[in-house]
Amino acid sequence: MGEFFRRLRYLLRRRRFDRELAAEMAFHREMAAREGGMPLGNVLRLREEAREAWGWMWLEPIAQDVRFALRILRRSPGFSLLAVLCLTLGIGATTSVFSWIEGILLRPFPLVIGQERMMAVVGTNRGVSGHDDVSWPDFVDFQKNGTLFDAFLVDRIMGTTLSVGDRAERTSGSIVSANYFDTLGVRPILGRGFQPEEDFGRNAHPVTVIGYRMWKDRFRGDPGVIGKTQMFNGMPHTIIGVAPEGFYGTFVGWAMKFWVPTSMQERFSTTYNLEDRGARWIEGFVRLKPGVTPAQAQAEISAIARRLEIDYPATNRGRGIKLFPLWQTPFNNAGTLLPTLSVALAVVGFVLLIACANVSNLLLVRAFGRRREMTVRLAVGAGRGRLLQQLITEGLILAALAAAGGLLMAHWCRNLLPLLLPQRGGLTMTLPGEIDWRVLALSAGVGLISTLLFGLVPAAQTSRIDLASALKADSGGVVGGRGRALARSSLVLVQVALSFVLLVGAGLLFQSLRVVRNTSPGFSTGRVLVTGIDFKSAGYEPQRVKTFEDELIDRLQGLAGVQSAAFARLVPFSYGSYSSAPIAVDGYQAAPDEQPTVDYNEVGPAYFATMGIPLVSGREFTRADNEAAPPVAVVNEAMVAQYWRGHDPAGQRLQVKGRWIQVVGVARMSKYRNLVETSKPFFYVPLRQGPLGQALQIRTALGAGAMARALVREIHALDPDLAPAEIITMQEQVDRTTAVQRIATTMLTVFGGLALLLAAIGLYGVMSYTVSQSTPELGLRMALGANPSDLLRLVMSHGVTLTGGGVLLGAGAALGLTRLMGNLLYHVSPRDPLAFGSALVVMAVASLAACLLPAWRATRTDPVRALRD
Amino acid sequence: MPKADMPSGALVLLLLRVLRSGPLHGYAIAQRIHTLSSDVLRVEEGALYPALQRILLKGWVKAEWGVSETNRRVRFYRLTAAGRTQLAAELSEYGRVHEAIRSVLRTA
Repeated sequence: MGEFFRRLRYLLRRRRFDRELAAEMAFHREMAAREGGMPLGNVLRLREEAREAWGWMWLEPIAQDVRFALRILRRSPGFSLLAVLCLTLGIGATTSVFSWIEGILLRPFPLVIGQERMMAVVGTNRGVSGHDDVSWPDFVDFQKNGTLFDAFLVDRIMGTTLSVGDRAERTSGSIVSANYFDTLGVRPILGRGFQPEEDFGRNAHPVTVIGYRMWKDRFRGDPGVIGKTQMFNGMPHTIIGVAPEGFYGTFVGWAMKFWVPTSMQERFSTTYNLEDRGARWIEGFVRLKPGVTPAQAQAEISAIARRLEIDYPATNRGRGIKLFPLWQTPFNNAGTLLPTLSVALAVVGFVLLIACANVSNLLLVRAFGRRREMTVRLAVGAGRGRLLQQLITEGLILAALAAAGGLLMAHWCRNLLPLLLPQRGGLTMTLPGEIDWRVLALSAGVGLISTLLFGLVPAAQTSRIDLASALKADSGGVVGGRGRALARSSLVLVQVALSFVLLVGAGLLFQSLRVVRNTSPGFSTGRVLVTGIDFKSAGYEPQRVKTFEDELIDRLQGLAGVQSAAFARLVPFSYGSYSSAPIAVDGYQAAPDEQPTVDYNEVGPAYFATMGIPLVSGREFTRADNEAAPPVAVVNEAMVAQYWRGHDPAGQRLQVKGRWIQVVGVARMSKYRNLVETSKPFFYVPLRQGPLGQALQIRTALGAGAMARALVREIHALDPDLAPAEIITMQEQVDRTTAVQRIATTMLTVFGGLALLLAAIGLYGVMSYTVSQSTPELGLRMALGANPSDLLRLVMSHGVTLTGGGVLLGAGAALGLTRLMGNLLYHVSPRDPLAFGSALVVMAVASLAACLLPAWRATRTDPVRALRD
Repeated sequence: MPKADMPSGALVLLLLRVLRSGPLHGYAIAQRIHTLSSDVLRVEEGALYPALQRILLKGWVKAEWGVSETNRRVRFYRLTAAGRTQLAAELSEYGRVHEAIRSVLRTA
């Protein structure tokens, strides 16, 4: 150990050591000479032999290379800066996307152990695409019978209202199974996690673990918070634990502020689900035992699901379970962002390539300038390998600087994604980029790879130097030789092609976003405002809710500017799930293994008028459709087409959950969850005949702000302790669901712009270099009578040829590549001519701009000077 | 009398032994070995200084500044405690090997 430190100390104080050794040996020689000795041998050589004992000799040439490289880079700061900047953009973009993928898809849950063995549990319905949740009885059976699993975790995101003033503050929490914290390895910093018995008993365990933020914000970090209570949905919950800082739960996208055990499910929902095998509400996770493959786990859980189908046909027929890796989780933002992030990864790969091509070009220019230096070094005996090592060292230094800059850029960009997503009052978005050792390693790898990429061409050029002719030739005059010009032009060609592909991609996404936004949702968006009133957290009993709702609607309809208002259980396009029920229809024969299941919403009187959903036939619900009246329903057109073969079903019967109800109307098709969904059967039942409704829709000419004030006034007149949630237009509600498309479009536009900029720089570089190198030729042309416009045309045509070639190449590549974006495009062909056309225009403008300055400089050539020099 | 070169393994032993009686600078070490061996052994710079670096690295000697007999500032090498232990070990090892070689030479 001591030896190692002495060795290290030597390395650090090597200069002094060497000086002392030299002095000592000089003294030795002096003394020897004085006493008539005859010292032999080369002093330097002897000193080197002595130094070798310290074991650092291998470092010498490397240190020398680094020092030399730094000197070279400092000597041309413009070049170095530009090269590092280009590379930083390339590596930074790549690292940012890596860090997002790491933080959102691969290791989305901070502080959670064993994430690599976690999988999302999703319900399936035979013959129906899309995902579904899982019921608690099923979940318990999976847990009991699964042998390949460490743990099953219940997780269900929900919201509640915390403080009520003029504006109710929503906050997000999660219903989790009692094993949640123990399984995740998240130890509360105060108190404890949940205990097994807290999963069971209807509303029997009003306890909660609160998040670090809630502890800090609401309880001012009170160390004695354990044992205190917090009201959630009208019920005091005892705080039993505080989660550590940085733990946000297991929902990609939103930060959870508190957790309650499964037994409290009813308190945070409109129905009691714990004993109902048909009620699907759990978004769960499993953790596989070490060594178990996803395929084995899937096989086992599918086998259990099949047994449940046989044991409980009424609720489980056609139902299966699918396990997804975390990065494909369909029920949170991992699944929604996956296509965007994978396209982004491909895109930054392009940007990186373009950046490398730029640096490569810069190095080529410089390699030409340094040809004499290289030649001389070769001539005095440096090996070609040694020269190559020198060039690689320079490249690595550039890449290392750029990788450091790239990491900084990724660090700045780590919280960029939530800015592109819609904010919701009171809820905290979290889509962090995570810069851990894997991302560091990847960015180092990217740096290395790019060094190879951009260093390859100049290095190949150097190793081809022919000594004799290079020493003979003068450094000026001859333009780089054919090989070099070709290399530079091909690099530009590739750059133009790559950025053209990105431009086409961005154009396609723009088109798609435009189509999506022009898609009619089937209801009014501009003049309808939506908000919600959390009766549950205010502790309202169902009867009081009904009275309150009727009174509020009456008051609202009395306001000037309000046309109508209606409550419903769920606003279209919200995160919450619609009710869903197995149905039967007179005269409709279901296939043997089909259990027709249809989503529905519970809506109040005047809902259709308020929302602007036209009725094709029949009538609206009225106040008369109450608990005492016979049950009725309004069905949509898709349902008529599927179950009544298109005949008007007015007066027909519909069986929902075993209860017959009468169809009284047909509603025009509209969208229910998002703009891109395909048309699905759907029906409506009166709110009075179902659970509580908290969503309020108001059709009004007033703006959101004015309406909010009026609404607060009317609500306070009825109950000063109640307040509405944020009030937004239906348009805003719809826009929130197109956030993913907007993110993809923004990302591709930013990266496409970056690529275009880099490619333009590359083109500009090549053009101005060509012009500066062919000054004698241009001068000669001028002397022979060419006028400036001829020269302009000459240079521009060179640029146009390069651009045109690149665009052709890029168009070919784009035709192949844009198909891969299929799932991001909505009703837009990957060969959309408009996208290709606009990409062409943008590319043409950019390349003209890049060529114009060099071309103009060419026209300013002074023939006399050019020829004389 | 012909000058003999130093047998390679023995140099470190000699260095340590010569330094036992007190710190010396490089040239003095070479001189001392030369004189003590009655001018038989000569330590060249090319062997002496690498060997000195090696025992510095091992921690058997420490280098410190002093003034030479000619009034020059020069590095002196002083035996450390570790150096003394090493010397004792090498001496006994040398004795053992030497004895073994002698007995072979005597009886073979």
